Amino acid sequence: MADMTHEASLPVAQAPPLTDSFDRTKLEIVPLKGLPIVAAALIALIVVIANDWPWGLTFFHVVGGGLWTAIDLFFGFMVGPIIGRLSVPARIDFSARFMPKMLLLMPTLVLITMAAGWQLGNHLGFTDASYFRHSWIVASYIVVGVMSVIALGILEPANLAVLFELKKPKPNGELIGRLMRRYIYTAGVTGAMQIATLIIMTRLGSP
Amino acid sequence: MSDLAAGLERPEMPDQESLPPVTEVAVASMILIVIGGIYMASHLPHHAPVVLPIIVLVGSVLLIAWNALTLSRVREFSWSTFWLVGRWAVIAYIVIAGMLLYVFVKDGTRGSQLTLVTLMLITYAVNVPLLLAFGAARYQPPDD
Repeated sequence: MADMTHEASLPVAQAPPLTDSFDRTKLEIVPLKGLPIVAAALIALIVVIANDWPWGLTFFHVVGGGLWTAIDLFFGFMVGPIIGRLSVPARIDFSARFMPKMLLLMPTLVLITMAAGWQLGNHLGFTDASYFRHSWIVASYIVVGVMSVIALGILEPANLAVLFELKKPKPNGELIGRLMRRYIYTAGVTGAMQIATLIIMTRLGSP
Repeated sequence: MSDLAAGLERPEMPDQESLPPVTEVAVASMILIVIGGIYMASHLPHHAPVVLPIIVLVGSVLLIAWNALTLSRVREFSWSTFWLVGRWAVIAYIVIAGMLLYVFVKDGTRGSQLTLVTLMLITYAVNVPLLLAFGAARYQPPDD
């Protein structure tokens, strides 16, 4: 306790620096260190699909889909509004570190969820038009279709454009702000689609 | 942000109004493919009537062709950024489309259905990289 008290009373001048120096102009738009992890996940997915392992298919679909939904909702409704209230330099610093990771993570999660989910649905007979809850399955296709158009048509191009702008020595703040507003505009639709996904998937999983 | 950029010259970018509506057209093309894909998937394991998928596929290809044509006429543009992003995005989306195609083949999709699915995935693997490359390059300084 005495040590803790002593540490807590250190003068501010002696406190360690809060952040490492970060050269934004050298940021990696696609984090190369993450590529082996993505490759490993995709190879594992191919092995599972090739061998039709039900547990593996369920694992990839549930884990991938759970992360996809949770990240979308958490980012859209909790992190996004917080970022919006940060100072501009803090927002830039956060985006430059955070968005390259999202550029790698989200397409991987989407691919894993969809490929494993399709194969799993085939095994369980869910993709068969004669399945008694076929309308729910078609609804899930529509939800995924809407989300893919928003992600690939609106958000990913904005994400890339922001990263290229952040690499410039003199980033255009107005442009970054304009592009980032797309996340706010689409958060409602994405959130609604993700909640619809939860409703559909829990309905399909219920007796 | 203005405080960050104060006293510094900003890099130029092409006049955004002068650029063709590549993003909007590419999104329309993508929506057509999504409609075709949902229509076909909802008929499984029976073969869906091919008329609607063929119409949306042709429409989607025409929109991509229009995009490529109008984009090729743009002079003041960062073509280096366009090709840099486009090249890597094509590789990524070949992997994605290839994996999806593998799943369809493994599940026994054959004949006209497989042909249509393959063409739709190829269209998707061309359209998305085009969209990403244009989206990144449009705000970059034009090449000399």
